[in-house]
Amino acid sequence: MTTATLPAAHKSSRPVRWTFPKAASAVGAVILAVIWLVPLLWALDTSLKPEPETTRAPITWLPEAPTADAYRSVIDQGDLIRWFFNSTIVSVLVTSLTLVVSVLAAYGFSRTKFPGRRVLFGMIIAGILVPPQVLIVPLFQEMTGLGLVDTYWGMVLPQVVAPVMVFVLKKFFDGISRDYEDAARVDGASRWRIVWSVMVPMSRPILVAVGIFTFIGAWNNFLWPFIVTTDPSMMTIPVGLANVQGSYGLRYAQIMASAVLGGLPLLIVYALFQRHVVRGVGDAGIKG
Amino acid sequence: MAVETPPRVTPGTPSTAAKAGTGQPWKERWGGLFFVAPFLLLFVLFMLWPIVSGLWNSFFNTSLAGVKQEFLGLQNWRDLFGDPAVRSSLKNTLVFTAMSTPPLVIIALVMALLANRKGLLGWLLRFSYFAPFVLPATVVTLIWVWIYQPGFGLVNGLLTAGGYAEIDWLNTENRAMLAVVITTVWWTVGFNFLLYLAALQGIPAQVYEAAAIDGANGRQQLFRITLPLLSRTTGLIVVLQLVASLKIFDQIYLMTDGGPNYATRPIIQYIYESGFTSYRIGYASAISYLFFAIIVIVALAQFKLFSGRGEAE
Repeated sequence: MTTATLPAAHKSSRPVRWTFPKAASAVGAVILAVIWLVPLLWALDTSLKPEPETTRAPITWLPEAPTADAYRSVIDQGDLIRWFFNSTIVSVLVTSLTLVVSVLAAYGFSRTKFPGRRVLFGMIIAGILVPPQVLIVPLFQEMTGLGLVDTYWGMVLPQVVAPVMVFVLKKFFDGISRDYEDAARVDGASRWRIVWSVMVPMSRPILVAVGIFTFIGAWNNFLWPFIVTTDPSMMTIPVGLANVQGSYGLRYAQIMASAVLGGLPLLIVYALFQRHVVRGVGDAGIKG
Repeated sequence: MAVETPPRVTPGTPSTAAKAGTGQPWKERWGGLFFVAPFLLLFVLFMLWPIVSGLWNSFFNTSLAGVKQEFLGLQNWRDLFGDPAVRSSLKNTLVFTAMSTPPLVIIALVMALLANRKGLLGWLLRFSYFAPFVLPATVVTLIWVWIYQPGFGLVNGLLTAGGYAEIDWLNTENRAMLAVVITTVWWTVGFNFLLYLAALQGIPAQVYEAAAIDGANGRQQLFRITLPLLSRTTGLIVVLQLVASLKIFDQIYLMTDGGPNYATRPIIQYIYESGFTSYRIGYASAISYLFFAIIVIVALAQFKLFSGRGEAE
């Protein structure tokens, strides 16, 4: 990894002189990165060991004969695939609904006027302070009443209420010049059309960022899906995996294999979209 | 807000009104509500209504089935303040917050200073520091329970290899919280790191060039320029982190289940147990409100501090 620093450093316009503090900070950065990667690598390492080797003392650092047996048995049990499917449905629904509903609301608060607009917006802003955790008990009663326990909608709908998204998008829309809209309106576009063909394309970067964070949040949400599902076939990955420790007993290679499989989808998403994620935190986090 | 008025007049001008055909005043006045309506409907159903019904429940002796309702008045609230479990779980929550917030801010800052570089190394550093944040709580806790495992876990493997005695981290009262804090720092520091990184990248390069011309060395630039310019970001991160830490539940529930001997049980777990294990809906609602009040007080106090500092600049 250290060799990678040299070509990267030479690319910058000014010649880089490797002074002691610079070298020390690069080495420190790499050491910290290795420490942060070790738990993940240890999980991967364990998952590739044959089961008896995982509980042998003293511990072996690398598998003596790497095997994919643990992965095969975890996948053969089938639950993980079902949970993956559920997680995908729930996260895609939460993300798309959150984006549509929040974009519309943000446009409404940013560009239209109607009686009570300020009071409503104030109320929604106050909603940012409400921790979803304090609502679990009454919300579960409500879901029982609506017959939405153990359903996708029961998991999805409460997660779509994201006042902070409305706030962030409204602030962003406020910053877009009205000239574009006025031009579209002269061409006869309705406000509905303006939302989708003027505002949305102009706010693509922030929508991508909001979308990625909503998706990660929905995929990883533990508490609410945990409460609103009791049927294992309706569980999402985080909820289903919570029971793995018990059902696999002390088969650590299998437990680690399911942890690796459970974490992999979002690690891939993150590796692909890192630039958007980093920029999105800047846009949404600092301004918000 | 008043600035918004002039452009809004435009649709009212004769030409556009004519284009709209009948020039419906009703649509002009209320049309905006349609954009807000879908969100509002969900907001009322899944946030406002639970808030109201939770408060209502806290005055009743409600079971989860919700069949028998006996009016208790303030009894749940009185019980709350005399309940040692409320006190201990609140204490655990505060201890967790006090232990986790400083490292989550300081390590994030150090990471941002170290990873603020271009090229492949920068990408790899950003990936490593933030990667744990995208994992679900369960994946994180499965990995860390295994790491802390007595006998063949990584931490104890290192301890015994170094000639030290093993520690049963998650089953020892004064070690379990530390173990949870370490896991939490590893898992969530990446978010604060990205906030700091964005702020660092927002500092114009000219500031440093000017300082270099004036003969400021690296250390002086760090302490006289970078850190002071990051103070607003630090304020923001501390607020967000305090509120996030107070909401601790997932990791503790999954790693220790609040144990050993309730030594790590946070307030949200007590709410969960009161509601879903003891079926005391009214009581759980009252505790929820106590917790809610604490979050709001912390957020408002911090917000006030924060905006006060903003004015001073």
